[in-house]
Amino acid sequence: MRHAAAALIAAALLALAQDVATADANPELDQLMGLLAQRRHGEADFSETKYLSLLRQPLKSSGVLIYEAPDHLEQRTEAPKPQSVVLDHGMLTLQIGKRQRVLRLADYPQLAPLIDSIRATLAGDRAALERVFALNFDGTLEHWQLRLEPRDPALAATLKRIDMRGERDAIREVQVLQGDGDRSVMSITPRE
Amino acid sequence: MIRTRVVSLSVWLALVALALLVVARARYSADLSAFLPRAPSAAQQLLVQQLQDGLASRLILVGIEGADGATRARVSRALAAALRARAEFVSVSNGEDASQDADREFVFRHRYVLSAAVSAERFSSDGLRAAIADNLELMASPAGLSVKSLFASDPTGETLQVIDQLQGAQPRRESGVWSSADGARALLIGQTRAAGSDTDAQAQAIGLIRTAFAGAATGTPLQLLLSGPAVFSVDARLTIEHEAVRLSLLSTTLIVTLLLLVYRSLPTLLIGLLPVACGALAGVAAVALGFGVVHGITLGFGVTLIGESVDYSIYLFIQSPHGHANTAATSNAVTSLWRTIGLGVLTSICGFASLLPSSFPGLAQLGLFSISGLVAAAAVTRFVLPQLPVQLKVADLAPLGAAATRLLMRVRLPWGVAAALALACALLLYHDRDRQWNRDLSALSPVSDAAQALDASMRTDLGAPDIGDLVVVNADSEQAALQWSEAVGERLDQLADEKVIASYDSAARFLPSNATQAARRASLPADEPLRSRLAAIAASLRLKPDALAPFVQQLAAARTAAPLTRADLDGTSFALGADALLWQRAGVWHALLPLRASAPALGAATDPSAADPIDIDRVRAAVADVAPGHILVMNIKHELDSLYGDYLSEAVRLSLAGLAAIMVLLLIALRSAARAARVVAPLLLAVLVVAAGFALAGMRLTILHLIGMLLIVAVGSNYALFFDRRAADREPSALPLTLASLLLANACTVIGFGVLAFARVPVLSALGATVAPGTLLALLFAALLASRRTGGAAPRTGG
Repeated sequence: MRHAAAALIAAALLALAQDVATADANPELDQLMGLLAQRRHGEADFSETKYLSLLRQPLKSSGVLIYEAPDHLEQRTEAPKPQSVVLDHGMLTLQIGKRQRVLRLADYPQLAPLIDSIRATLAGDRAALERVFALNFDGTLEHWQLRLEPRDPALAATLKRIDMRGERDAIREVQVLQGDGDRSVMSITPRE
Repeated sequence: MIRTRVVSLSVWLALVALALLVVARARYSADLSAFLPRAPSAAQQLLVQQLQDGLASRLILVGIEGADGATRARVSRALAAALRARAEFVSVSNGEDASQDADREFVFRHRYVLSAAVSAERFSSDGLRAAIADNLELMASPAGLSVKSLFASDPTGETLQVIDQLQGAQPRRESGVWSSADGARALLIGQTRAAGSDTDAQAQAIGLIRTAFAGAATGTPLQLLLSGPAVFSVDARLTIEHEAVRLSLLSTTLIVTLLLLVYRSLPTLLIGLLPVACGALAGVAAVALGFGVVHGITLGFGVTLIGESVDYSIYLFIQSPHGHANTAATSNAVTSLWRTIGLGVLTSICGFASLLPSSFPGLAQLGLFSISGLVAAAAVTRFVLPQLPVQLKVADLAPLGAAATRLLMRVRLPWGVAAALALACALLLYHDRDRQWNRDLSALSPVSDAAQALDASMRTDLGAPDIGDLVVVNADSEQAALQWSEAVGERLDQLADEKVIASYDSAARFLPSNATQAARRASLPADEPLRSRLAAIAASLRLKPDALAPFVQQLAAARTAAPLTRADLDGTSFALGADALLWQRAGVWHALLPLRASAPALGAATDPSAADPIDIDRVRAAVADVAPGHILVMNIKHELDSLYGDYLSEAVRLSLAGLAAIMVLLLIALRSAARAARVVAPLLLAVLVVAAGFALAGMRLTILHLIGMLLIVAVGSNYALFFDRRAADREPSALPLTLASLLLANACTVIGFGVLAFARVPVLSALGATVAPGTLLALLFAALLASRRTGGAAPRTGG
């Protein structure tokens, strides 16, 4: 009996291990990434709502997202005030009012993962995502959800997780939960 | 006879012993000061000071290339840690987190005295509302995460304002350490404790870096790159030493072989070299006594100049009948020979004496070295060699001389042709007169173009300004220097708005004057007006009422904080910047404000040879009324080049004066204008042809070419004087031996300097390429111009 129990436990462990291995390989995530990587260009409308603890009511904004594979991403806010954020080859250019700031993303270890996560997802760059985040894929290629959780505890203190929802090669929603409980929801509607 | 011998030899030995004592106790220097003037202008003085021991001269730039960013970063950290443990380094910066955290902490803590935006208006109701609204907008942007943690205590965004002010001073980071703009190279800056002019200490520091790198990079394919002024000096010294040793070995071997072939006697050879050794010894001793310190460069050139002295013993051995100088039967010939050699020495002295008043210590030393060396060599040849109890043996050179004589008899160079050649060369030189001299100091630099390009690219990556345009503030106190820096800074801000300059650095950016700090602190509102202003703003911006409570506390603390001082910068990367831009020396405070021209494309190396892209006159005009007499605006390259240009013009003037002195000397000694002209003509012709040759080859002349020309005259005058003596003495029988000795002497000179022409160090090759062909031509012209009158009717003059 003892042997049988041990065998059962071993079998269960083995199955579990196989499960883990399968989860790790994650063929659907690979498929999704492959699909996203094929897309060279994208343009979409977005509307975003930010819930900040400092503010008594949420901030709403809307505008256009433009993506050129593999490393150009633009977020042009049109309302309530024009503002643009352009990520190009690792350089982040912020235009707020009359003021322009150019940042090298690599110099901002707290900020880089958040901004780069969307670019890397659009580029289908699983390796880049997995360097920073633990990935959790759910759903089907038609309707998928991807959860990104920072591996580095220091980063997790400011950025708790990112949840993306999408349909095939289009991201439809990005939710960001920050370490202090502030969060934002961005809905994305591809332009045809 | 015996008494003469005893006296001569004892005096000689005593002098040699004395000279050896002086040489052994002399101070030798290998720094740049040989190239720097004795009485410079204020701007030049500052420049010289900076080159010798300024902070810039103590920075070693280190690059690590190869493998991947993570490996480079690991080795960068290990290398920095190893070097920080050494007393030879004051600091080692590589941008790693510790210093980055210290920088952020410093900026945050002192933001209200550092931010140029702090003013009473900014903290009025409207100003606060606008600043907070702006910052809120930034926080709501995708980049908001980076400023969010600051918002509650810094809602007006002063921290960001300060970071903006200081931007440009920080290189790119890759895997947490500084890297080049393209990310392919990790970068570090080491600051040595020793001054840049202490080449030995710098060599040791560089050795430490190499050893530490070898330890840190074991098992990786990484490569180490080093640059900076100290690296250049150490490399240059090594190259010059290496080249000098290699080439002098080669030329010594060649000359000794040639002399052995001719003399066929080792004792004769050794005795022939004795005047050379004594001359070099006397030269070094004279310079040590006259200047207190002997420049390495003087030794380098001086030893080649002494090549003339080997000629004396050649003349003595070959032209004295039977190779003996001490028999009564030959005393007339010997006296005549010595009159000629003596005149040759005097001509050379006139030439080199023209270098003595030079304000360039290197040239003045060279002049003294050559004069004393030649006198000593001639004296030893004249008074010591004949007294040595050695039987001198020389192979019979009469057949060689006879062959040369027969050849010479057939070739003619009519004076008309010589004059036409001289005229043609002079016309060519006149036509090229604007491009004739290279007035760029870098023409003398032994630093290769590749090394200069590497330095420029590392400097650009590190955000260190190139050697370019500077505003310099001189003041009696640190505070005055900072206040004037701030006043100059306001003018420079305007120039930046007008795009005259792109930006500038100033110590006042991270260390504002106490007055400015006090003014900024005074513009911060007290608790009460602040609280009610913030309440109104919070309501209108829909902030939660207590969201800005930390701000009120921090502002209260900032109002009463002690002034920020230089000591507060310790541990941050701004400390290095502060020391580079603000220092005290001999009771005077100096502040530097380096200017940047409109930014080149990211990562593009600036071309050091490009024309100054900044309109320096507009800068000068803009700061003219800020503390007149205390502010200098200068372009370093321009100052250096004008420094060098001054030397060059001075050296040209002095050389012409030397030439005039030689003419006067010959006139007096030969008592005939015609004879003096005939002696000088072949020398001038040789110099003209060599100079024209350089012009035709498109090579521009440097100060070393000029010294080479002086040497052509010095060495060539011996040749011309021998032909003159032979013609004057009407001794046709002496012609073959005279020719043979001149051919041998010239062969030695051409070998010595010809080898030098192949040196990789520009200063050495310039000298070799001038003297080798020049002396050959001088001999040729002297022979050809004299041969016309062989057996002719020259009037017999003199003794």
